[in-house]
Amino acid sequence: MSQSVASVDSRDIAARERPPSGVTGPWAWARANLFGSWWSTAVTLVLGYLILRFAVSFISWGVLHAVWSVPYDAEGKPDNTACQNAKGIGACWAVIADKYRLILFGRYPYEEQWRPALCVVLFIGLYVVSAIRRFWRKELALIWVGTLVAIGVLMWGGVLGLPLVTEDFWGGLPLTLILATFGLAFAFPLAILVALGRRSTTLPAVKMLCVLYIELIRGVPLIALLFMASVMFPLFMPEGVNIDKLLRAQIAIILFAGAYLAEVVRGGLQALPKGQGEAADALGLTYWQMTSLIILPQALRLVIPPLVNTFIGFFKDTSLVLIIGLFDLLYMGKVALSDPPWQSFSSEIYLMLAVVYIAFCFAMSKYSRALERELGRAHRR
Amino acid sequence: MSQAAVSEQVVAHMADTKGPPIIVMDHVNKWYGSLHVLRDVSMTVAEKERVVVCGPSGSGKSTMIRCINRLEVHQEGQIVVDGTELTDDLRSLDTIRREVGMVFQSFNLFPHLTILENCTLAPIWVRKTPKAEAEELAMNFLTRVKIPEQAKKYPGQLSGGQQQRVAIARALCMRPKIMLFDEPTSALDPEMIKEVLDVMIELAVSGMTMVCVTHEMGFARQVADRVVFMDRGEIVESGTPQRMFEDPQTDRLKLFLSQILRGH
Amino acid sequence: MSGATADPRLIGARAAPRKALRLSWSDPIFRAIFWQVVIVGIIVLIAWYLIGNTSRNLAARHIATGFAFLGRVAGIPIGESPIAYNPAVDTYGTALIIGILNTLRLAAVGIVLATILGTLIGIGRLSSNWLLARLTAFYVETLRDIPVLLQLFFWYSVLQAMPPPRQSWHVGQLLYLSNRGARFAELDWDPAYTWTLGGLMLGVVLTFAWSRIARQRQDATGRRPPVWPVGLCLMIGLPLAIWALFGAPFRPDIPVLHGFNFQGGGTISPEYFALLLGLSIYTAAYIAEIVRSGIQSVPLGQWEAAGALGLRRGNILRRIVLPQALRVIIPPMTSQYLNITKNSSLAVAIGFQDIVSIAYTTLNQTGQAIEGVAIIMAVYLTISLSISLFMNWYNARIALVER
Repeated sequence: MSQSVASVDSRDIAARERPPSGVTGPWAWARANLFGSWWSTAVTLVLGYLILRFAVSFISWGVLHAVWSVPYDAEGKPDNTACQNAKGIGACWAVIADKYRLILFGRYPYEEQWRPALCVVLFIGLYVVSAIRRFWRKELALIWVGTLVAIGVLMWGGVLGLPLVTEDFWGGLPLTLILATFGLAFAFPLAILVALGRRSTTLPAVKMLCVLYIELIRGVPLIALLFMASVMFPLFMPEGVNIDKLLRAQIAIILFAGAYLAEVVRGGLQALPKGQGEAADALGLTYWQMTSLIILPQALRLVIPPLVNTFIGFFKDTSLVLIIGLFDLLYMGKVALSDPPWQSFSSEIYLMLAVVYIAFCFAMSKYSRALERELGRAHRR
Repeated sequence: MSQAAVSEQVVAHMADTKGPPIIVMDHVNKWYGSLHVLRDVSMTVAEKERVVVCGPSGSGKSTMIRCINRLEVHQEGQIVVDGTELTDDLRSLDTIRREVGMVFQSFNLFPHLTILENCTLAPIWVRKTPKAEAEELAMNFLTRVKIPEQAKKYPGQLSGGQQQRVAIARALCMRPKIMLFDEPTSALDPEMIKEVLDVMIELAVSGMTMVCVTHEMGFARQVADRVVFMDRGEIVESGTPQRMFEDPQTDRLKLFLSQILRGH
Repeated sequence: MSGATADPRLIGARAAPRKALRLSWSDPIFRAIFWQVVIVGIIVLIAWYLIGNTSRNLAARHIATGFAFLGRVAGIPIGESPIAYNPAVDTYGTALIIGILNTLRLAAVGIVLATILGTLIGIGRLSSNWLLARLTAFYVETLRDIPVLLQLFFWYSVLQAMPPPRQSWHVGQLLYLSNRGARFAELDWDPAYTWTLGGLMLGVVLTFAWSRIARQRQDATGRRPPVWPVGLCLMIGLPLAIWALFGAPFRPDIPVLHGFNFQGGGTISPEYFALLLGLSIYTAAYIAEIVRSGIQSVPLGQWEAAGALGLRRGNILRRIVLPQALRVIIPPMTSQYLNITKNSSLAVAIGFQDIVSIAYTTLNQTGQAIEGVAIIMAVYLTISLSISLFMNWYNARIALVER
């Protein structure tokens, strides 16, 4: 449209610059969104009052009257009378000051705790790198392999002058991250194979096996698989071969994740237009060439948001390993609580655990939503 | 009817004296946030008059006719429809909605109901018509839009042109005095536009008051008593179709016509 | 235009030729069979190996196989049970059945509570009141970021921090909350109540009948007689009348403090209560999202078209929006119901004896790990298959008819 319009209008139209005062501005917004009808006004008043009361009492409990540290006696035992006196009035954050290393790192030897801490940093770095779209190339797989190997070396030690720390001493946040990340890393290729098998039209026996696997795993709770790992796997092994509890739980998580991820990948495969496969066929590509070069790259890109959401679910599900006795982050919280001086301060510990979980999960879910919006925009051309 | 016979009837109708004003819009202003989308719009539509509203996208023409049945709410000015002023009063809203029928660009048929149920829903629940009577009425209008055999099908089974004709029949089943059309053919494939336009022409010939937002200038030439050109929220020019298309007064209308009438 | 004639492609058609299998690598069918045999063969070999190991290990540890243990006396103490149970007499089989009943009890009530709470919150998310919308969004976002086990521990610790029975928090004499659970006043069952329940059911049936009559009247004359007021009168008045007829028996069983705990009244153990609270509140967050996106999935044009026809908001919701929204809501909703049922297995961490907890104790006591885990899996597979079947049937039934 041309900008210069010399209009000779038949009427003189007085165009106003700004809408009348009742239409925009903070007052108008409040009128529309908070006090739109008398019901809305009532809700605003009730909720506003409740929120204010809750905020005030939380700040009073959590900040104003909180006990931030307690003195230690000669043997290094904490004296928690200050906390006991403040019970119900102020939070006892001293329990976290006393126990945070236990909760975060488990029973890892004290001086070597920089190693699991470094591992946590490596994990976070791995997630961040995987999230940036510029890195979505084949090389990403190598980065994953390299980082996971580095993490393994750090946690175990025994090489490069690092003292050996066996798996029974692993615990806390690194254990949670290990279970979730290694679970995802191994379950992903498994899921791709199972999803391809599920969609196979030429190999009905393979398709049936994949369906059985998916339906079996998705029909039972993770607990059942963890119990299976914990009590049945030892029976499957030949005499004298023992697999470590951590490895057993990891295998169970991989099997569990594989089924759910397979359904997600299958959704992506189904969403891809048939013409893609047909064009690849017409060019003379074999099945595996077509799948790895054409189908999978597109299908996987389509389902990254649901993949991230599923990973968030696994991250939370790793907390279940406490039931079979593995010392993940949640279990370490309970262990910290079992120490006599701190037994009644569960709210503070649970709050800390919640904050850690929320930090990870909220970041991931925000990322997945932003990604969904971005990918949706790109597709809607 | 042959094309010539239709045109003759149309010309004859246009010569009839028009009735009293049935829609009066007086200095209507509307804002979306701080966007001034309708600027001092004043327009009168007489009974049995056929008005076509045209203009570039973003000119506010859809917003204006959606204000007439209060799908959009105006902040300043007055709109009076068939003697009832449009306010926040729910009862005035009920009255208006009964007398004004609307056909949407995206048809908006109810996919979970059959065609017949789509048409009888409002007569049964709003006008409290007995079911048999409502169905008879619906079949009448479905015959009028030439798809009585589809009555038991679902909207998903019909083509776009058929769905839009059903939408017209559905609106007519409420026996409105005014019919509003918001770009009724813009979402249709070219070969289906004609069947919908034929129905609209037949409706116009039968004497319905119509306000139509459309790009179909052939339809405007054939049927409209008046064409209103809107641009950037205001009515720039209005007049008979002949005058508007052959002798545009304003530069904006000249520009618009040059853009859409290529080849017409 | 009828469509009763046969597809012209069937008339006079001859059968397609059958292809013979060529035993050569270039025949795709031969290759398919070959690969399937190989893959299935590998899996069979692995299974064979594992089974071999297992039977050797079982023999070495003198563990029995088979389900004979179901007939043996259990000796498992079970805190709450919907049927009578004596650890010294009843068998493992009975204990396991109690576990299943406990699981179903927890899941069923949890599903109802989560649905109600979730629907309300989902609708609140769509409210025009900014405060309500933001608050419910915060609820949904936060609760979905915390592991359900942590939430269960939290609620359990809250209930355990309640005062002892002597200082319970109470509502008159009707409800007492303490760290020993909830205790509430019950009514001793009187035969009159059975009749009253019958009256309620009769009221429901009559309400249905009345609504059909109302429909017929509306079809005939256009006017619809009031349905809900009459229905409520029937469903409340009729049972009340029957109850009064029997002399209005009313014998409440009020919990009475005896020493350190209550006697009488109904109980809900803190474990059950904590699980119910935790699971319902957690799942409600997911259900809220499902309800919200279901209602938002109905295009705005549907609301507008119905409004343009003159329908009022109530009718628009009931006749146009909700039928379409429910189609989108029900499938993910049933998978959330399945999730609640699976999450109820976390009872083993709280101390409530559901099927997982009892089966785990059983397999520890008998040493028969395989049978124990198999029982757990069988129970859950049955539940999830039933729900899947229902969902498939439902989806097929309500699918929108398209070309």
